[in-house]
Amino acid sequence: MTVDPEDRMIVAGSRMLRNHRVVFAGVGAPLIASVLAQQLHAPDLTIVLEGGYIGPKMLPGKLPISTNEMRGARRSVMLTGIVDTFLFAQRGRFDYGIVGAAQIDRYGNVNTTLIGDPAHPKVRLPGSGGANDIVSSCREVFVMTRHEPRRFVERVDFVTSPGWLDGGDSRERAGLTKSRPAAVITDLAVLDYEPESKRMRLAALQPGVSTEEVVQATGFELVLPREVRELAPPRADELSALRRLREGPTVDAPKPDAMVGGTVPGSASGTDADSMEEVARS
Amino acid sequence: MGEITRSEPPPPADARRPIADDAPPVDKRTTLAEAAGLVRDGDVVAIGGCLYSRTPWAMLLELLRAGKRELTLARSLMCYEAELFLVREASTKLVTSWVGIGLPWGIPKVFRRYVEGGRAAYEEWSHLSLGLRFQAAAMGVPFLPTTSLLGSDLLSLAGAKEMDCPFTGRRVAVVPELTPDVALVHVHRADPFGNAQVDGATYMDREIAAAARRVVVTAEEIVDPSVIVGQSDRTLIPHFIVDAVVEVPFGSYPHECYGLYEASFEHFDEYAALVEAKGEEGVREYLRTYLDEPGSFEGFLDRVGATTLLRQQRRARELSVR
Repeated sequence: MTVDPEDRMIVAGSRMLRNHRVVFAGVGAPLIASVLAQQLHAPDLTIVLEGGYIGPKMLPGKLPISTNEMRGARRSVMLTGIVDTFLFAQRGRFDYGIVGAAQIDRYGNVNTTLIGDPAHPKVRLPGSGGANDIVSSCREVFVMTRHEPRRFVERVDFVTSPGWLDGGDSRERAGLTKSRPAAVITDLAVLDYEPESKRMRLAALQPGVSTEEVVQATGFELVLPREVRELAPPRADELSALRRLREGPTVDAPKPDAMVGGTVPGSASGTDADSMEEVARS
Repeated sequence: MGEITRSEPPPPADARRPIADDAPPVDKRTTLAEAAGLVRDGDVVAIGGCLYSRTPWAMLLELLRAGKRELTLARSLMCYEAELFLVREASTKLVTSWVGIGLPWGIPKVFRRYVEGGRAAYEEWSHLSLGLRFQAAAMGVPFLPTTSLLGSDLLSLAGAKEMDCPFTGRRVAVVPELTPDVALVHVHRADPFGNAQVDGATYMDREIAAAARRVVVTAEEIVDPSVIVGQSDRTLIPHFIVDAVVEVPFGSYPHECYGLYEASFEHFDEYAALVEAKGEEGVREYLRTYLDEPGSFEGFLDRVGATTLLRQQRRARELSVR
């Protein structure tokens, strides 16, 4: 059985989320991964959406397209404001934060702001949304994105959401002490960071993917351990639950540029997922 | 980029209308057209709701109709109202954390062209740091510290600063207060004096209203004050900060209002298809169809049609089923 690359990325993401934790998720792949985890192995995972929805249990086929719409409110334990929601994060109450990326570099710095020179951008992307706040505050930060050389660049044009900055202890020196870029989850692999240098490191391969494929899809030199494990393939129950989640207006009504090549939002606000697709065309 | 949108603190007399010692409560009910008069050219206008939820859409259309100029729009996440205001030359600057409709509709092309071509300024903050700018103004303090923005390029692009905590030496980013000249908020219900209640998430409405010099509330329903008193825990905005109250059923449409009607994705499709096909001219065509020809918000709702509005109400009810 062939598994859609996007699906194996989402399944890998969902498996990282443990029960009884709190996850701050953007719409698109991060939210789908979170709801999938909730439906399978983490029924008491508390999902938080930026708009002020805490602890919703969303219905398959009725996932919100924005972090603010009423679809996201179903069976929430608390409906509040945006500032209050983010302040829970800033206080250190959220275990996981998941964002997407238009560009990501060897230290896990993420760009969703602009391509080119900041003073005269070649391409203006939609912006941070809550992504900067999420990576600055959530204890473990995951980035979910398609694995392509144009996304995995030597150095991002602009640091919207800091990863390990320049590596080593630079993140800590910048004052970011309560959160930790933990992993990058892609359709080809799971990557983490070498503990000292903080350079991105291949941690596990998606089933059937070779180290060489990952190296080819990465625009910078990855740290390659001597042995790399392979992730367990998506199970039938994971795939069928995922199919049910994808029903509904998020996917059943293709819009211009809809979901092309990946539902990963560039920011937590549900973003420029495919801005890179459009950028490539424009 | 880089210029911080920062209003000087208002002289006390301008901050609020003077209140006489023994003034009776003021009935602030008015029309959209009258309320638009509270917005002056060049104002910083904070927009309530978030993205396509509880947007004060009727009031925004009224500002376009009134031909406002040089507005700075400030909003947590901005939907395609940004493009309507840019193309109508009503706004020259956006202060936000994100612009777009949402994933399925692609990135906002007209917004991009305006910003890339230097025809509009985009001051980008993170979601929280923008909220804290309103919150600082709402608290009456010049800035607030945060641990967002640290280490990022957003910090200097936006115009935030860093400092060491005077007590602990801990590094923090600091963001300047942002006092909107006017805050526009759409709510579920308000009484004639401006006590305003919302159901569902509150977004940044409390912060922008508490921060602003003037506040315009549009409400799905104007209710008797006894209704407010009977469930006062729902009140988000008290009467003494409100300057105008306008009853506008479906006042957020085509955006959603929690529990009452769902956003019209079909309407967004129509807008996105116009922009995709015709760029800026598509936006103008949209404005002709949904702003100019209808002539009023009621005319806009007529054009949308009762069948569609009823369907959006039904969808909201279905979504509200627990």
